[in-house]
Amino acid sequence: MVLQALAFYVFAAVAVAAGIMVVTARNPVHSVLFLILAFFNAAGLFVLMGAEFLAMILVIVYVGAVAVLFLFVVMMLDIDFVELRQGFVKYLPVGGLIGIVLLVELFVVVGGWVSMPATKSALAEPVREGVSNTAALGRLLYTKYVYLFQAAGLILFVAMIGAIVLTLRHREGVKRQKIAQQLKRTRAESVQLVKVKPGEGV
Amino acid sequence: MWEIGLGHYLTVAAILFTIGIFGIFLNRKNVIVILMSVELMLLAVNINLVAFSWALKDLVGQIFTMFVLTVAAAEAAIGLAILVVYFRNRGSIAVEDINVMKG
Repeated sequence: MVLQALAFYVFAAVAVAAGIMVVTARNPVHSVLFLILAFFNAAGLFVLMGAEFLAMILVIVYVGAVAVLFLFVVMMLDIDFVELRQGFVKYLPVGGLIGIVLLVELFVVVGGWVSMPATKSALAEPVREGVSNTAALGRLLYTKYVYLFQAAGLILFVAMIGAIVLTLRHREGVKRQKIAQQLKRTRAESVQLVKVKPGEGV
Repeated sequence: MWEIGLGHYLTVAAILFTIGIFGIFLNRKNVIVILMSVELMLLAVNINLVAFSWALKDLVGQIFTMFVLTVAAAEAAIGLAILVVYFRNRGSIAVEDINVMKG
């Protein structure tokens, strides 16, 4: 129990510190790297809560795909980040004020929160003993939530097509392979037989 | 202190969410950091969902977290694509330059 509590405090502290560094880091590349650290620690928290599958998904999808995408974009765009940071101090008081108000509100909610006794009997999908987290999630996802699962796949598909459509561009003056024209070529238009007389050349 | 309950996880999620909001206010000019702040807020929401799923012993919270992850991934891809196209056209990503559609 003490070990679990220690692990929780370490993961939570590092996640919060990394989150603060994400929004205050001077260099956006550092921001992305701290975001990755925050995701890893959140995955640790998920493991502590017994959601191993989601922890792995978080590491694979977020760190492996989303954060690397961020990293690519940050490095690809040639931006003067010093200029973008102007006004940082100006927005600090109002941002801090709103943050503190929100935090107090959230703490009030968390502190005064009670669970109705009827909640226990109204569970949608109670966790069954003896089934691993991944297997239980799979059983639920592929049966009861299969339409939502398909819809999620559709969302990703549309997002992929959208991203390609948005970023694809055809530059002028770039030589490309045109397969249709290559296949259309006949011998008559591409090969010319020339009679060469000896000693004269073409 | 050594008994970790639901409140502990909710507190962490609340702090992370607040950091996300704070980041949006702090980096008013930098769209990339704003997007990262949104990701932080989504992460806080996910921690909330998983914490309730763990405390109530109900799996639906984790299913929902998976869908939130899906939408977040799609959102990041589209958002960054828009960012790249915008930078290609305008040569800057400062938020206050984004006013073409202003009447």
